[in-house]
Amino acid sequence: MSVADILDGCAAELARDDRPAATPARPVLRERGQREVFCGLTGIIWLHRKMQDAFFLVVGSRTCAHLLQSAAGVMIFAEPRFATAIMEERDLAGMVDAQDELDRVVNRLLERRPDIRTLFLVGSCPSEVIKLDLAKAAQRLGAVHMPRVRILNYSGSGIETTFTQGEDACLSALVPVMPALPADAPKELLIVGSLPDIVEDQFLRLFAEMGIAKVGCLPARNARDLPSVGPGTRYLLAQPFLGETAMALEGRGAQRIEALFPFGVNGTSDWLRAAAEAFGIDRALAEQVIAPGRARAARALANLRPQLEGKRITFLPDSQLEVPLARFLQDELGMELVEVGTPYLHRAHLARELDRFGPNVRVSEGQHLDRQLDRVRADRPDITVCGLGLANPLEGEGLTTKWAIELVFSPIHGFDQAADLAELFARPLRRRDMLEI
Amino acid sequence: MQLAVWTYEGPPHVGAMRVATAMEKLHYVLHAPQGDTYADLLFTMIERRGKRPPVTYTTFEARDLGKDTAQIFQDAAREAVARFKPQAIIVGASCTAELIQDDPAGLSEAMGLPCPVIPLELPSYQRKENWGAAETFYQIVRTLADKSVVRAPRGGRAARANILGPTALGFRHRDDLVEIRKILALLGVEVNLVAPLGATPEDITRIGNADFNIVLYPEIADEAARWLEKTFDQPAVRTIPIGVGATRSFIADVAELAGADPTPALGDTSSRMPWWSRSVDSTYLTSKRVFIFGDATHAVAAARIAREELGFEVCGLGCYSREFAREVRAEAARCGVEPLITDDHLAVEDAIAAAAPELVLGTQMERHIAKRLGIPCAVISAPVHVQDFPARHSPQMGFEGANVIFDTWVHPLVMGLEEHLLTMFREDFEFSDEAGASHHAAHSPRKAAPAPTPRELETVGAVQAEPLAEVPVTDAEPVQTLWTEEAERELKKIPFFVRGKARRNTEAYATSEGLAQISLETLYDAKAHYAR
Repeated sequence: MSVADILDGCAAELARDDRPAATPARPVLRERGQREVFCGLTGIIWLHRKMQDAFFLVVGSRTCAHLLQSAAGVMIFAEPRFATAIMEERDLAGMVDAQDELDRVVNRLLERRPDIRTLFLVGSCPSEVIKLDLAKAAQRLGAVHMPRVRILNYSGSGIETTFTQGEDACLSALVPVMPALPADAPKELLIVGSLPDIVEDQFLRLFAEMGIAKVGCLPARNARDLPSVGPGTRYLLAQPFLGETAMALEGRGAQRIEALFPFGVNGTSDWLRAAAEAFGIDRALAEQVIAPGRARAARALANLRPQLEGKRITFLPDSQLEVPLARFLQDELGMELVEVGTPYLHRAHLARELDRFGPNVRVSEGQHLDRQLDRVRADRPDITVCGLGLANPLEGEGLTTKWAIELVFSPIHGFDQAADLAELFARPLRRRDMLEI
Repeated sequence: MQLAVWTYEGPPHVGAMRVATAMEKLHYVLHAPQGDTYADLLFTMIERRGKRPPVTYTTFEARDLGKDTAQIFQDAAREAVARFKPQAIIVGASCTAELIQDDPAGLSEAMGLPCPVIPLELPSYQRKENWGAAETFYQIVRTLADKSVVRAPRGGRAARANILGPTALGFRHRDDLVEIRKILALLGVEVNLVAPLGATPEDITRIGNADFNIVLYPEIADEAARWLEKTFDQPAVRTIPIGVGATRSFIADVAELAGADPTPALGDTSSRMPWWSRSVDSTYLTSKRVFIFGDATHAVAAARIAREELGFEVCGLGCYSREFAREVRAEAARCGVEPLITDDHLAVEDAIAAAAPELVLGTQMERHIAKRLGIPCAVISAPVHVQDFPARHSPQMGFEGANVIFDTWVHPLVMGLEEHLLTMFREDFEFSDEAGASHHAAHSPRKAAPAPTPRELETVGAVQAEPLAEVPVTDAEPVQTLWTEEAERELKKIPFFVRGKARRNTEAYATSEGLAQISLETLYDAKAHYAR
């Protein structure tokens, strides 16, 4: 998105998307102002659980360290594989000094933690504003510590990234170091986006049953164990927030398989079918593999549908998961979408999702917090999906909420998690009805 | 650069937020990038506030840098004032905005806003949260206090006091305030003002109307109190009423400044702590070795209570705030230990391990250190997590505070009679070292062998009256359903805290379906079946 696309100042209006698109353009409300969202550093919280040989060193301020500890809750104590190199006044005095200091901190860290095999130097707002060159630092330190430790860098700063975009930045830093798949190699499938192990295994099993032999995952459970990439790679996005990573993969010749995101019965079926088609799998076989999970998910969702049908929902921007989740709630549970806010709308990746939205759904990109809250108060949806900074205050105003971060930490993709996903939305409503005080 | 996983204090602008959130009709315009709003959830989640903190963040982005960040700041400030109509605003920069060198003070001054603007200089790369709170409160008082509002001579009227220091996110500030008000009522002292908690900017203007100040939390209020001393000639009570002895001194000090009779307040019979501590069951507390760490005020108070009111031996004392280290050093000398002044949690962990205490009193961080080391622990100071903002009344100050402290500190220890029994039945399997102490079993690492299978339990049950509490009691029929290896592996991927439920549900489902074997499919069929 270019700067020109953003409405200036805080003047909100219903802007018509004038970008050429395959489908008739949907009006998107683009807003700019205070944003109540996390920065990309927060991605570390789940990424370090996924990549078990990696360590994330944020180069930032006390605020960054405080954010990580607030977001990580109690996890911070179980020998965490992340930390902050807190810049102090003397680091700000001169650049040379800061690089030396960074070397000292990294050397000390690697001495203490010989188990680390990949180290991410993660940029923050302060390190970017003073233009501390972390790419250079990663190169310099990498030369010293290779082959034992590979040192990479990416930015998780708030000025550049919103929440899940931290994962995008991290994965796109991994793409250049993925081994090359020879140009004449047979087609291979790559699942892109970190998924809980249990979900990843379900998908791998389904692809195996279809006969897709080689399936890689990015990120891999070991950051040093990366899948190959090349012109033979066909990749499926498991998450909607991976724009940079997709571009980096395309840069290495990989091609995206266009599909809905794998939420709910329809999303998961479409996602699996798209892969089967791309690999020339016999349609009957693909359907046969999909059928049991599909039926199970449909059965489980049927139990929850009465609780959610007809309920009105608003999403405030948080993770970019909003659009596919809203599609799932609308199509499969009969919820009515009032406003679907997203921090950033990747029009190409989400085109098929958006096509399924009803005509009256208000889609908004970016945020002007106070104005958006005014709309929530006027709309009075049955349930509002929002961050933890807003959830209790909205409950205090008598609005039922679902806190959004849980959607990023819980297993929600695939057939066997469809009902869990619906339950996340049904539970606050059920609770509201249960409490008599 | 300092390598840190945990920080005892946030950055100084979080301190400013604590003051702003505590007050009413004050708004904070914070020049900050996207993401700094994370701090809101400290207030809405940990303290469970039902309102958003009164903070507007400018949320500048990379593409704004070097261009219109100053304009963004002014727009945000103008909008915030129009929307929230505060009586005053405070303006400042977070760590990143400090680097881009917009000048919130100058920018807002140039705007001619219809309310007083209080600019804050909070050096993020040198100072921390408590300093930020103190500086913010001081600047608010200095700017808003109306110097023409001064107290009239006492004559026959009741004495008036300001209570200074309680903030948002303060450890037990809400309840401490209740206790202090109770004491002042018994002494016949009127409260002129409580600040920052609950005060409006207009309230602050008449701060000079009090005869004296009560500094409850020096970390936050000392700076302002010193200025008030100079400007309005208001003396301050600096005794911290945490503990029975300290509460008595506090009452005496307040009574003296107020010219009141301390007897009714001293005779408050709600103080059970002295008798509890003298009762024979407490004898075993004698010379228990205790390690204390926290903010300076709470650490020093805790050390005195430990020594003088519970008969513990203080084997370590420290604080994370350099600003108030002097008091901690003096108290450490009285305890005969080396003071530990550090904000490095690894140094604290080393010191605790070296001191080998029987009880740790500290912050949330020490709780986790103690858990790892298998030592009982109680929380005495911020930073704390959500459970230390309790629904029930639980002050630290005053006589009721002393009652609360007695209970809180003693509970993690094994009680006297229990300790005796443990020693007597040491060889008994239930009292083995591996079983851990009953009161902190949930917190200490379990060294015991893996939980017995139901079959092993049956044999154990033969020699034992009651089943072990930790083992889930299943009322399912002892039908042997076989798990395939694949399904069993899958089950292990489910988080441990719901795994038991998943196993039971799946087995019940298999039984109801008449299945002899539980396959992967059965596992997920059952999951779908039980989906609500």
